[in-house]
Amino acid sequence: MIRVGLVIVLVAVLAALVGPALSPYNPAAQELARRLEPPTLSHPFGLDELGRDILARLLAGARISLLVGLAVVSVSSVVGMLVGSIAGYFGGRVDDVISRVVDILMAFPGILLAIALVAVLGPSLTNVVLALSVIGWVGYARLVRGQALRARELDFVHAARALGAGSPRVVLRHVLPSAFPAVVVQSTLGMAGAIIAEASLSFLGLGVQPPTPSWGTMLDAGRAHLFDAPHLTIFPGLAIALLVLGFNFLGDGLRDRVDPKLAK
Amino acid sequence: MLSYLIRRLVLTVPVLLGVATLVFALIHLVPGDPAQSMLGEAASAEEVTALRHTLGLDRPLLAQYVSFMGGAVRGDLGTSFRYGTPVAREIKSRLYRTVQLALAAMAVALVFAIPLGIVSAVLRGTFVDHAAMTLSLVGISMPNFWLGPLLAILFAVRLGWLPVAGTGTLAHLVLPAVTLGAALAAILARMTRASVLEELRELYVLAARARGLSRTRAIVRHAFRNSLIPVVTIVGLQFGAVLTGTIITETIFAWPGVGRLLIQSISFRDYPLVQGCILFISITYVLMNLVTDLTYGLVDPRIRFD
Repeated sequence: MIRVGLVIVLVAVLAALVGPALSPYNPAAQELARRLEPPTLSHPFGLDELGRDILARLLAGARISLLVGLAVVSVSSVVGMLVGSIAGYFGGRVDDVISRVVDILMAFPGILLAIALVAVLGPSLTNVVLALSVIGWVGYARLVRGQALRARELDFVHAARALGAGSPRVVLRHVLPSAFPAVVVQSTLGMAGAIIAEASLSFLGLGVQPPTPSWGTMLDAGRAHLFDAPHLTIFPGLAIALLVLGFNFLGDGLRDRVDPKLAK
Repeated sequence: MLSYLIRRLVLTVPVLLGVATLVFALIHLVPGDPAQSMLGEAASAEEVTALRHTLGLDRPLLAQYVSFMGGAVRGDLGTSFRYGTPVAREIKSRLYRTVQLALAAMAVALVFAIPLGIVSAVLRGTFVDHAAMTLSLVGISMPNFWLGPLLAILFAVRLGWLPVAGTGTLAHLVLPAVTLGAALAAILARMTRASVLEELRELYVLAARARGLSRTRAIVRHAFRNSLIPVVTIVGLQFGAVLTGTIITETIFAWPGVGRLLIQSISFRDYPLVQGCILFISITYVLMNLVTDLTYGLVDPRIRFD
């Protein structure tokens, strides 16, 4: 599974990096006379409602999906790790306050909060990343808090403190690294979650705005052409499902490696 | 049980308050003036001032907060900017459709998942088991905003068996319910299989087998009921996902529920209605999680609420 996941993710990354340069078509170039044309040899995935090459747009859209995923996971994991390790390491009132905030945010259905934030801030790529990070850090914080609670009782942490290391140093050098493997697993699965959330928001018209090619926006445009051009729906959806499956396989595989007890 | 119930209820209060506070804060996150944003750039200064007054935005923040919370407790969520009617009434008039869709999706999920999970467990390691589990993996990975249009292409456009969108007959409910229920069905099937296999290792099942019961009978008569505990948990916890899933499913199939109302009110910048829908969905979500927690004990008397 982990290999299948890795292959899918690597192919997607490669496609996003070099695909647009290799594609003979500009993702924004319109050929209105040939709009909605089904797949042919010259346009393997067909043309969209404005006569743009769907494959070229999927390759350009892969950049958006991966970029959003990467940005959301980076921001969420850094904030989550910091907050979680502070809560777990210091405990007491600090932990109480942080844990209550985490509880409240976790009680909120994630995508709903993202929809709400984008609804008021306005749809844009930056706001999508912001909204998804606002809900994303909570999972990391809870994970790292648990790890930090465990780590602070370990001998090497006691030793570091006995040697005179201050709290920031203990947290950064000793507590956080012990949580890294779990965070890597969570980040891989988080990529899948962020990609699907971005696509959902774009599908609802709240994400990346046209003409920027996003897989979710492409699916949304396909809805009006279910009868006459189903290829507008089939290919972007397939791309999303495959990439999400790839990250899920990779995350599950990594989790089994990090914690063999969980392997089935 | 009673003390657990009270403690759990008390713990839910700060969460509900936090959720309501977050929803209240939303309108204040609107860049610039929310009233101006709702009316558009062409609106006159008088119109903006009047709307600010109607929305209560000209009052001190604390007074706005107190009246929002007080209203929310009484079920008064303000007035819709677009319809000019109470937000609560707009939500109430669409609630039936959302509940109908959510329940139908859960029914679809249970009807497919539980037999599939049991059959997979009974026939563990066989072709049927592998096929069922592969199918469930596909179900989990498929985003509903892709599954919905695909089902519509196949069953409405190509085969012409079902209507592509709208409401009216039971046939209109089929595609939205399957779209919304598919991911839950996939999760439940895997959960049922794992849970039944787990129970089969328990001593009471061995005892039943020793008394001469067949494996299938031991599963159906004994293991199945206990294996339902994690399944019930997941059904309850996933109700929230189903509820938020209605937002996309209702949009795909033009289903006139609360989810579609939310998306429509966002495009009309009807912030009171947006706030109302979000508050309603999130509070239902929190309360459903509470009900799920409290249901464990009914399914499994071994669980003590101390």
